[in-house]
Amino acid sequence: MTQRQINVIYRSCWTIALLIAAIPFIFPFVWMVSAGFKSTTEIFGTPTLIPREWRFQNFVDVFTYQPFARQYFNSLYIAVAVTALTLVISSLAGYALARMRFAGAGLLMLFFVSALMVPEEVTIIPNFFLIRSMGLVDTHWPLILLPTFGPHGVMATFLMRQYFLALPKELEEAGKMDGLSRFGVWWRIALPMSRPALAAVAIITFLFSWNLFLEPLIFLSSLEMFTLPLALSNFNDSYGLPLWNLQLAATSLAVVPILIVYLIAQRQIIESFALSGVKG
Amino acid sequence: MAAVTHTNEPGANRAPWLTLKYREMLEAWLFISPTFIGFLVFFLGPLVAIFYYSMTEWNLLSQQAAFVGLHNFNDALLVNPDFWHVVRNSVIFAVGLVPFNMALALTLALALSRPFFGVVFFRTVFFAPVVTSAIAWAIVWKFLLQGEGGVINQMLALVGIDGPNWLRDPNWAMAAVIVTRVIKMVGLNMILYIAALQAIPRDYEEAARLEGASRWQIFRMIIWPLLAPTTLIIMVLTTIGSFKVFDHIYQMTGGGPENGTLVLAFYIYQQGFKFFNVGYASALAIIMFVIVMALTLVQVMLRRKEME
Repeated sequence: MTQRQINVIYRSCWTIALLIAAIPFIFPFVWMVSAGFKSTTEIFGTPTLIPREWRFQNFVDVFTYQPFARQYFNSLYIAVAVTALTLVISSLAGYALARMRFAGAGLLMLFFVSALMVPEEVTIIPNFFLIRSMGLVDTHWPLILLPTFGPHGVMATFLMRQYFLALPKELEEAGKMDGLSRFGVWWRIALPMSRPALAAVAIITFLFSWNLFLEPLIFLSSLEMFTLPLALSNFNDSYGLPLWNLQLAATSLAVVPILIVYLIAQRQIIESFALSGVKG
Repeated sequence: MAAVTHTNEPGANRAPWLTLKYREMLEAWLFISPTFIGFLVFFLGPLVAIFYYSMTEWNLLSQQAAFVGLHNFNDALLVNPDFWHVVRNSVIFAVGLVPFNMALALTLALALSRPFFGVVFFRTVFFAPVVTSAIAWAIVWKFLLQGEGGVINQMLALVGIDGPNWLRDPNWAMAAVIVTRVIKMVGLNMILYIAALQAIPRDYEEAARLEGASRWQIFRMIIWPLLAPTTLIIMVLTTIGSFKVFDHIYQMTGGGPENGTLVLAFYIYQQGFKFFNVGYASALAIIMFVIVMALTLVQVMLRRKEME
């Protein structure tokens, strides 16, 4: 065999191995959608990928069992709010940390770095009492405030800071010469140049908020206030057993749009996570 | 705030406390203040408060806290057998998950770091669970892993294997949770490794190949040492992540069977928000904080020693 042939065989083996490895990554999504269309009896019968009888009624029942449309909207608007807020405050703070010299900068950085190491579970108990004393239990405020100002917001600040540090200073200095204030330099020069970093922060923040579970679980109690992950975990019968076909239909409705956006923008989304280097 | 508006007035710059340096400092703090104030209120404050909470016992009826000193820590570490059971579960979870996750991530990254036909497809597939909500992922796997009539077991039956009731069987539940969690998260470590691999100059490898080095030798002698900083970061993040795992466990097993998958983060939630043992749960949270910090420090020190 020539070296070339060996290489071809080597490559083919890798590809086949990768295809096999990919099964547990694809299979759950495929089965989720398929089972979402099945009837209760069929779902426990012999497993078939294609439903024998397509039960579209599941996707109607999802909306009558809980205020699912409202819950869907809650998740969407909260994620948009968290993303917008995080973009503004993290790019402001990141800019100051990258470009301005001020007393306390070193100490501040140290505080922020240590925040990255602290799990949210550690501060959730005092935060619950804080939010309760503000009278904001069973509202969406804690779901907007805690993610924005918690470790995730700090991570976004660091990401912005790294990006600003790598930008050339000359343009900003020219802007200052032309009489722009600090704020003007940030808004007109630094921000437009840092679109890739802003996009990365927007993507990971949106997904972070969209998938958040612990905070909704602790703070929300009425069905109309629920966000998607909490709503999904709530498709149970009166015995607490899952209503599988409804639950899987609802899960499909929650997951598939995100997957479609992911498939279209996979390059950008994967790069954003690589840039942040943290768990989503 | 007022000081900043003053600086715009003519002549204000003459005041010594409004020199350029001070002005810049004020501006910087204005830029940082939204993040900083939020950080103080929703992070640093609570972090300090939890030390106080951990030394109290709450009476639910009177809504009042009594100071009990280190009683809650004593309870956790010496009295309550649940605590060590839960720590043991968390350690098993981490010890099972971290090496498995990292080995798989590195293998996939090595296979996918160079362009070939289909590379984008594979990267997209292996990363897809990362963008999916943990609850959704856990719901689907819980469905697939049911005992009787579960899809996985029906498929195993085709090849003559009688599958267990994965999530209800104390021998299998932890393994099932670990494996499904690895599939969910491995894509993240994979892309971090791919980025690191792509940063290694190809000349190194070419030179070694010309010297007659085998693929394994190139990996062992050149690539693996160059990956050390990435490996350290991934190890720290994955370990911390494994101690934080909550939603996955909540949805798949609820801590069962027989508390077999009751891990630290879930135990804190249970004690604090189900049983309202606020003081005890706060003590647990501090212990978790200490464990995560210690793990991070140990790993950083170990790797630094190794690199010297």
